Amino acid sequence: MNNIFAVAGVVIKELYRRKDFYVLFIVTILICLVMASVNIFNDAKIVRYLKEICLLLVWISSLVIAITTTSRQIPAERENRTLLPLLAKPLTRSQLVLGKFLGCWLACGLTLLCFYVFFGALSASREHHWPLLNYFQAAVLHWFMLGVVVAMTLLGSLVFAASSSNSTICFVVVGSILFVARHLDQVALTLREPLRTVIYSIYFAIPHLELFDVRDLVIHSWPLISWLYFSLALLYALGYVAVFLTAACLVFRRKAVN
Amino acid sequence: MNSPRTFFLLLLALLVSCFGLAAHLQPQFQAWRGSRASGDIFNVVLGDSRRMFANNFFVKADAYYHSGYYPTMFDDTEAFKTTHMAADTGAVKDKNHGDEHGFLGPTRNWIDAFGRNFFPDRHTHLDEGGADDNLGGTENVREILPWLKLSADLDPDNPQTYIVTAFWLRMRMNNVAEADGILHEGLRNCPDSYDILFELGRLYNESYHDLDRARNVWEQGVRLWLKIYPTLDPEMQKDHRFIMEQLTTHLGKLEEDAGNLPHAIDWFEAAQKVSATPAHIQEQINRLKGKLGLEFNPLLKPLY
Repeated sequence: MNNIFAVAGVVIKELYRRKDFYVLFIVTILICLVMASVNIFNDAKIVRYLKEICLLLVWISSLVIAITTTSRQIPAERENRTLLPLLAKPLTRSQLVLGKFLGCWLACGLTLLCFYVFFGALSASREHHWPLLNYFQAAVLHWFMLGVVVAMTLLGSLVFAASSSNSTICFVVVGSILFVARHLDQVALTLREPLRTVIYSIYFAIPHLELFDVRDLVIHSWPLISWLYFSLALLYALGYVAVFLTAACLVFRRKAVN
Repeated sequence: MNSPRTFFLLLLALLVSCFGLAAHLQPQFQAWRGSRASGDIFNVVLGDSRRMFANNFFVKADAYYHSGYYPTMFDDTEAFKTTHMAADTGAVKDKNHGDEHGFLGPTRNWIDAFGRNFFPDRHTHLDEGGADDNLGGTENVREILPWLKLSADLDPDNPQTYIVTAFWLRMRMNNVAEADGILHEGLRNCPDSYDILFELGRLYNESYHDLDRARNVWEQGVRLWLKIYPTLDPEMQKDHRFIMEQLTTHLGKLEEDAGNLPHAIDWFEAAQKVSATPAHIQEQINRLKGKLGLEFNPLLKPLY
């Protein structure tokens, strides 16, 4: 376990040395402040459009950070020729994969913490109340969704040759899941066999990341999600994380390191 | 040749020719119909394609009106043909039918059933309490305004945006001055819109209690309708009868309240010609005729 944490620690240090997070965080703050300064019929209490814009930017930024950070982890080690010395130490390949995953996931968690604190402060400045549990649920679901994305990207970084192609493919896959996965079964109904079965199979096989997108509930001040369903969603995410990480470990075990 | 003086003179000559060319082209560019220079930021960036996005933001406002519970293109949209925030103003014909509460239908599978716990799944309106059913918070309808403003900026020729914005500003936020302002902005952009004149008349009548101005505005609306209606295609004519019915019935009520019963009857008869429920208006006419008869009864002397 210590080995895994050591690798994860290096990944976290890398995140705060790079400028991606700072740039995205500052851009998010600037856009939100500009939008907040817009005068809409002299009413200073209008807040939901601001929450929507802020959460949209948080989602985009977090996905960019998660995918770009993860996709370059193992390819960068290989390009810099540090992978072999790393594995020469008492560190198994699976520990390296798990360490990279944990590091990226924790790094995403830290960035999300900053983003959600800013989001909370922004909405409290207009709404004058803090629905902390709602924000907690939204942030934790978001973080677990990023866990699935990180695990999937890590697997991709072992399958695809370049980190750029892996990042692009991951962005397309994650975007497609977020936008259409919920309706894939309805689309399947309109198709003929065997395409219908294929689409149905995809519908049940893919990780439904859109389940973790509870922005509408937060923006429109809906009541809390039942804690039972909240916990089940986290288990669902952990299940997919386990599947992707197992696959990544299996792929990496057979992969040449130089 | 390479002396600084030569460079300076060449630079000067270039500047003079640039200035001369700009001065020559500027009037032509201003007169050019395709110029975007005089428009706002959306006009400059998007040109006429901005109108495509305007409807999206109008629908977005309606999604906010439902606190996020809104059908996608994959769901049954029969109950959302007309945006509810527009239909609730009474100035737009409601074409909705179907179940607005259950457009999601029964759950299709376990993923669908599980997923419904993570997005709004109950039909509510912001002016009726919204997601937390707080009837004291009907002012929350203000949340639709940013999207309506954006929609109006993107497509200034759509009268419905001004009507809906003005209605909610006036009715739920008691911001009559802003409502008045947006309607006049609408009239500047759509001078032939009898829909906007109808809403403006309602504002004068209900908020300012200025019956004369309301009458003038509504009568102008009727005149415009009579001018434009014959030029519309039959399908459009069907839709536009609704606003004429609204204009004439409101004029009828206004005249009735003012005691001008013959005028009121005339307006109700005009409304009857375009109404989808003429029998209901006939009852109004009969009631007014009865009232008129009672008024003149004392003048009638018994024959014997």
